[in-house]
Amino acid sequence: MPALMSGARMLLECLVREGVECLFGYPGGVTLPFYDAMYDHPIRHVLVRHEQNAAFAAEGYARATGRVGVCCATSGPGATNLVTGLVDAMMDSIPIVAITGQVSTKLIGSDAFQEADTFGITRSCTKHNYLVKTLAELPQVIHEAFYVASTGRPGPVLVDIPKDVFQGQGHYHPVSSIHLPGYKVYTEGHMGQIRRAAQMIWESERPFVYAGGGIVAAGAAAELRELVEIIDAPAVCTLMGLGALPGDHPNFISMPGMHGSYAANMGMYSTDLLIALGVRFDDRVTGRLSSFAPHAKVIHVDIDPAEIGKNRKADLPIVGDVKRVLERLNPLLRELKPELGERKAAARRACWRQIRAWQQEHPLAPVFSDTEIKPQHVMVEINRLSAGKAIVTADVGQHQMWAAQFIRFSEPRQWICSGGLGSMGFGLPAAIGAQFARPDKLVFAVLGDGGFQMSVPELSTIASYGLPIKIVVVNNGYLGMVRQWQELFYNERYSESITSDVPDFVKLAEAYGIPGRRVDTEADAEAVLREALRTPGPVLVDCRVPQGENVYPMVPPGSGIHEMVGVKP
Amino acid sequence: MTNRILTVIVNNRMGVLNRITGLFLKRGFNIQSITVGPTETEGLSRMTIVLNVDDERVVEQVVKQLHKQIDVLKVSDITDVPNVVRELVLIKVNSSVQNRAEITTLIEPFRASIIDVGRESVTVQATGRPEKLDALIALLRPYGIKELARTGITAFPRDTETVNEMARVRPSTLYV
Ligand SMILES: Cc1ncc(C[n+]2csc(CCOP(=O)(O)OP(=O)(O)O)c2C)c(N)n1
Ligand SMILES: [Mg+2]
Repeated sequence: MPALMSGARMLLECLVREGVECLFGYPGGVTLPFYDAMYDHPIRHVLVRHEQNAAFAAEGYARATGRVGVCCATSGPGATNLVTGLVDAMMDSIPIVAITGQVSTKLIGSDAFQEADTFGITRSCTKHNYLVKTLAELPQVIHEAFYVASTGRPGPVLVDIPKDVFQGQGHYHPVSSIHLPGYKVYTEGHMGQIRRAAQMIWESERPFVYAGGGIVAAGAAAELRELVEIIDAPAVCTLMGLGALPGDHPNFISMPGMHGSYAANMGMYSTDLLIALGVRFDDRVTGRLSSFAPHAKVIHVDIDPAEIGKNRKADLPIVGDVKRVLERLNPLLRELKPELGERKAAARRACWRQIRAWQQEHPLAPVFSDTEIKPQHVMVEINRLSAGKAIVTADVGQHQMWAAQFIRFSEPRQWICSGGLGSMGFGLPAAIGAQFARPDKLVFAVLGDGGFQMSVPELSTIASYGLPIKIVVVNNGYLGMVRQWQELFYNERYSESITSDVPDFVKLAEAYGIPGRRVDTEADAEAVLREALRTPGPVLVDCRVPQGENVYPMVPPGSGIHEMVGVKP
Repeated sequence: MTNRILTVIVNNRMGVLNRITGLFLKRGFNIQSITVGPTETEGLSRMTIVLNVDDERVVEQVVKQLHKQIDVLKVSDITDVPNVVRELVLIKVNSSVQNRAEITTLIEPFRASIIDVGRESVTVQATGRPEKLDALIALLRPYGIKELARTGITAFPRDTETVNEMARVRPSTLYV
């Protein structure tokens, strides 16, 4: 008979078995038994300053590694504070497990102190969630939670644990198998469909690879690269997929979509075969759906059958893990190449000439200035200093788009941002999670002045753990992305988008014991950033960029992707 | 707009009805009716959902989204297969002593019965396919309907399958 232990202790046992080395959380009344059990347990708990940031940090950890991130909050307000992070993880398919405390089982439903219907509230923002009613089911539920979060299309799973379950005593029996008859994951892909895909690819004149976050989730970067090189097609990576192809790969023609490159969007518009890999045809990529890739047949590979045909009809659907599918598609393509490869070669060369012309005529060109520090230039500097090796987290807004446009990543999991939900306040806590996951890596947090102010308290976490994160605030004194839309679509009526009363970020950082530096000109930028990299520990760099800069080019809302504005002449 | 009939076998767990209706709400799918009850297998419930759709693709999305739920074991669109569909209706209709016999004759072809008699009304109970109940209701309407309660349908395919089989419907749309 195994020894008696408390539910709290049993939970720790389960976490250790799942390989959890650290969790991000914030304590409270009903999780006290859990925190007490952690007090002399080797697992590492990272104390954040707000539960939302516990969820974002867990996401940062998961996004940087592909492993399950774990966060923890107390009942009521602690649990509700996690919600934004859960939705964020749901939208971007990030595997996290959230553990929340709940009032004791006897009190559930009585409007007890700090009671919230966490199970009900989080139902629609998790891949699955649990309310653990008895200690006996706790180990099973925890292991199921990790299994569900990390398999198939990854996502957040929440486990709500009442205080008396933490406190109860029981025997821990390790769980050896997981039996979820209602949970099906299709990984292999239909071989007949894969064969048809190979045929279609060689028969097309202008094949185009549209790769997304699914490539990152599946760890299929090598297979993607192989595919692109076998068929020598132009390829784009979405905001979620940046790094899936190395940023300097000759076939990579940057990001598509609202602030994508002209060549990416025009290439996508004019293709006759869209090879969509681990993508979901998000509206920020497709623009007006009715004029998205209007001449193209679509091959759509995704592990989630519900994504296929959701926004765009797939001519050739393949449900499966994109890595497994490409592992079998690539050899077929290679096999067929001698026979079919030359058939459309002339058309393909013409297509490449056209793409190169678009790239040359309308490049994603940074703006420079002698007198000020342009925000685009901040990204160029970060790009140069990181040499494609750093992890860069971004917040949400203009700076995020500039970072996506101008920083090149050589591998997946180097670029971390809130894509689907676009949650401001994400960048700084995500950098914390990423730095804990990858202590060996240089981590930049690129933030807007608005989003930074949503996450300022985490400076305290960074300082207390001595995390060497290089925080770069792109300070335009505006909710820049809102201002840009007001300028372009609301007759320059800048309603509530000015934040020119921003505090002195350098002093603010110093109040937290973090050295702060200010950048006003491009001449400063390189020196200050270099010094920041030399400085051990965290540094905050406040870049005072001009207020009126816009992110271009742009697909105006409601337009087709071939109707970009602000394209560099 | 057409109605589709989905039968969904689910784990009889806390919150499962909420998961399903919540999913319909989140995705903006329109439910006409939903019924839930136990099946021959302990721990499993059958939901019968009537969905009002204008586009075949919506049905496909609904089926796929339902499949993704971990507590959902099986989803079948049984609209176009031979099926057994039943609904129950209770109709409290105005009736005096004078026309009671008339109503009794009227409802007879529907195999409906009078299950309660009051001073000014009778309560009629009928079961059948919804179209049959619609017809009965239309016939009784001229007398004045005081109260009406319909259960929504419950259904399954004829004879061919059981819950335990767990084969999934329309695998062709999945390409797995
Ligand atoms: C939590 C949240 N609230 C509001 C928004 C809407 N929003 C998108 S971008 C943006 C402006 C961000 O300003 P800032 O952080 O200064 O970045 P900038 O665009 O200036 O680079 C706002 C308000 C959002 N994405 N997230
Ligand atoms: Mg700003």
